[in-house]
Amino acid sequence: MLRLDDVHVAYGEIPALKGVALEVREGEIVALLGNNGAGKTTTLRTISGLLVPMRGALTLDNQPLAGVPPHEIVRRGIAHVPEGRRIFNRLTVRENLTMGAYTRSDTVVIAGDLERVLTLFPRLQERITQVAGTLSGGEQQMLAIGRALMARPRLLLLDEPSMGLAPVLVEQIFETVRDINRQGTTILLVEQNAAMALAVAQRGYVIETGAIVLSGTAAELADNPEVRRAYLGE
Amino acid sequence: MDVELLIGILPQVVIDGLILGFMYALIALGYTMVYGVLEFINFAHSEVFIFGAFVGVEIMLGLKSAGVLERFPWILVLVVVLLAGMLASALLAFTIERVAYRPLRHAPRLIPLISAIGVSFFLQDVIRLTESIWRNAFNLVYPTIESLNVRLEITETIDVSIKSLVVIVAALLMLWALHALVNRTKVGTAIRAVAEDQAAASLMGINVNRIISLTFVIGGAMGGAAGVLFGVQYGLINPYTGFIPGLKAFTAAVLGGIGNIPGAMLGGLVLGLLEAFAASYLSLLTGGAFGAEYKDIFAFSILILILIFRPKGLLGEVVRERA
Repeated sequence: MLRLDDVHVAYGEIPALKGVALEVREGEIVALLGNNGAGKTTTLRTISGLLVPMRGALTLDNQPLAGVPPHEIVRRGIAHVPEGRRIFNRLTVRENLTMGAYTRSDTVVIAGDLERVLTLFPRLQERITQVAGTLSGGEQQMLAIGRALMARPRLLLLDEPSMGLAPVLVEQIFETVRDINRQGTTILLVEQNAAMALAVAQRGYVIETGAIVLSGTAAELADNPEVRRAYLGE
Repeated sequence: MDVELLIGILPQVVIDGLILGFMYALIALGYTMVYGVLEFINFAHSEVFIFGAFVGVEIMLGLKSAGVLERFPWILVLVVVLLAGMLASALLAFTIERVAYRPLRHAPRLIPLISAIGVSFFLQDVIRLTESIWRNAFNLVYPTIESLNVRLEITETIDVSIKSLVVIVAALLMLWALHALVNRTKVGTAIRAVAEDQAAASLMGINVNRIISLTFVIGGAMGGAAGVLFGVQYGLINPYTGFIPGLKAFTAAVLGGIGNIPGAMLGGLVLGLLEAFAASYLSLLTGGAFGAEYKDIFAFSILILILIFRPKGLLGEVVRERA
């Protein structure tokens, strides 16, 4: 479905990705692991069009994505839950969710999707008229994911959904990630919390200083001594 | 001090203040909406405003020289002139953004500001040149429509001209329409989303450039409407007339909290009322020591005081970001 091949990205003069290659297949949850600054977020930002690769191939269903503006990429079926959530603080919860469905005009189906998101996150239902800036961190994360789902994506990019959340909430968010995947959405998951990520993912990649250094099934990675030492804290 | 006189003129002062205030409010929206999405002050907006006034005066002068100005119902003439002024100013604002600001979107902040000041001077002189060639004059007077000058008596001492009522009603309608657009429609929500976080908005599938153009178009249309209403109300315009009302409207936007749409409306009204109060009461209250010519000093002193205690403006808010 999604394929990156030898993708190079730089911030000005500073290279951030140095030949990233990875693949996400229909229906999978794929984890992208790595330390701070390794290039995880940059990879997601490149896929969603916020950054443009200098070279390399980036394709969705064999159609090139590089250079396509972000608002077009959403229409092609990729939704991105960015690092730090980036919900619209001054908009209400409902307005945030409406913005998630911005590209769509099928009112009836959108109403159904809103129902589905609110069933997935009942807390958002309770706070539907509240201004989003007043939500707790966990609620904001739910809103960010719910907002992305409102685009009816085929591929969901999740950047650090567990960041800053209490352990109970982390469990809950990952449970939801699994649910979303079961309902047919492919997921590319970036996480610092490698144990959680590998528990939900089928496959994974490890990125270091802008390049993929390891890949395999989640079980293989979880058993890999280097992964255990560097990312699972053993 | 003649207390009866002071109270007696109050309704008149309030009406004058409201007219001025609504004018400022309409212009201030253009500054505040653009600031909201780009954090940039469009100093050419005062010319967008006066351009609307010129388009309006040209249509009315055209109708007059064709001898039909008084033959159409005044309300029809006004609506047509208002719409034409709005359309023209909206197009101008759209073009300015495309030509003078968009190419500088990623330049250091000072650069588009300089560009805006350049556009402002450029437009003043383009209007002057065009009118000088076309009419051999650039100080133009809105032709009077008799029925607009009819004064309605409210009490024995207070009356109000039809045109003043028209200005107030038209401004109210436009502010209401804008408020509804921004708060109750999908595209309005998108404007607020882009104002808050452009990158996140683009991830929603919002074409950020299109929304930015739209804010210039809406702000331009409001400015153009203010231009026509200004001409109808005060009569005389020239290519440089936009500067002072523009500056004051910008102040009104800051007073209300720059970037905040209801704030611009409120700021405009407060400034207009302060100015009208000062113009009428300063001389009465100080026994003639300060005359109406001190109205700006009075109004701006109060503004400075308000901003000292509320630096974010009357309705400006700090939204706390949560981790």
